[in-house]
Amino acid sequence: MIFDVNVIFDQLPAILRGAGVTILLWIAATIGGAFFGFLVAVGRRYGGRLVNLPLGFCVEILRGTPFLIQIFLLYYGGPFIGLALDPVPAGLMGLTVYGAAYYSEIFRSGFAAIPVGHIEAAQCVGLTQGQIIRRILLPEMTMLVLPPSVNMAVIILKETAILSIITVPELTLTVSAIGSQQYAFVESLFLLALIYWALVEAAGRLGHLAETRLSRYRFSQS
Amino acid sequence: MSLKLFELLLKASLYTIGISLISILIGFAIAILLSGAMLSGRKFFSAPAQIFISFFRGVPLLVQLLLIYNLLPVIGINVPSIVAAIVGLSLCTAAYQAENLRGGFASVPRGLIESAEMVGFTPGQAFRRIKVPIALRLTFPALVNEAILILKASSLVSVVGIVELTRMAQDLAGSTFLPLEIFASAGLIYLVINLVVARAGGLIERSLPGIPR
Repeated sequence: MIFDVNVIFDQLPAILRGAGVTILLWIAATIGGAFFGFLVAVGRRYGGRLVNLPLGFCVEILRGTPFLIQIFLLYYGGPFIGLALDPVPAGLMGLTVYGAAYYSEIFRSGFAAIPVGHIEAAQCVGLTQGQIIRRILLPEMTMLVLPPSVNMAVIILKETAILSIITVPELTLTVSAIGSQQYAFVESLFLLALIYWALVEAAGRLGHLAETRLSRYRFSQS
Repeated sequence: MSLKLFELLLKASLYTIGISLISILIGFAIAILLSGAMLSGRKFFSAPAQIFISFFRGVPLLVQLLLIYNLLPVIGINVPSIVAAIVGLSLCTAAYQAENLRGGFASVPRGLIESAEMVGFTPGQAFRRIKVPIALRLTFPALVNEAILILKASSLVSVVGIVELTRMAQDLAGSTFLPLEIFASAGLIYLVINLVVARAGGLIERSLPGIPR
């Protein structure tokens, strides 16, 4: 086997473009997923049964089926219900909805884990409802949900690779296309694996950094 | 959508279940070796295990599968694609399961081992009779979780040409022009399999003895 790295490095601009698409999709889907996930969690907590049950049903379906099936349903099934999307918007939408389901569960357990005593104590010293949410619930929850949120962001980064199957021009599609043009499949896949590995490691380190920086806001339990 | 199509999907789902089950078992065996290497306290063993785990947890499974599928023939190993798929899934789940096992072994209460040695267990006996069963008991929920993740992740072996549930759905959707019905049915089958696994896991967990503290 001839391991020729040069064929890959001639294509550096294209690879960087693919990496850019991957990173943009990742950031957009993570922010969107966390945002909608938060809304779902709030809706399920304060919306009563009529909101909680259907939302819970949707979350279970999204968490119980493979992402690949969801994206096929959206991309190939969408046009039959008047939702004909190009690969990039379909991929972004699918990934956001998928992320929102998981983030809603993270936030839900975050809400549930805040000790009632803290809220009661805040009420006793005369804080308003708005102050309680801003000053007690949000900072305490941030610390609780940060580790699983970072974890989920990393999962979303890895799931972006699946979007190559519906021809989103991200990193995996770009690099494997170069590989088959140049007959350097194994080299290009190794490079691809290394790029993802570096991205995931970097994201994990950043997450840990954020955790240590924010840990001064950590409240003692009970 | 006819019943015949649904039957084809159900048959294909047996491949999904089989591939996942085999991969989880092989992955568990590899994970025991990996977690042993990590807990050995010797850099010579723990460093490579650490790199293995970091790599297989850091690279998308799709990329791992493509890499293994294309790499094996190049280095002279000609195996059917289903073997490449199982190798890929096994290595990936091994990395995750090793992390679980390491955590389980690390959280066996120290006092239990000490009291076992106090009543005359040799260190080997204490390991076999106390540490291993408690660690396995502690990691059981994580194992069920991993089984569900692998059942879902096995949909990716469709890209290396294995006709399991996802690939069958893709083929049928292409030939019948009923993608909505077919992908929804495939999703439903995955959902039912996962619910059954989760429920069975919960039942088994409740029948297991409690965790001593």
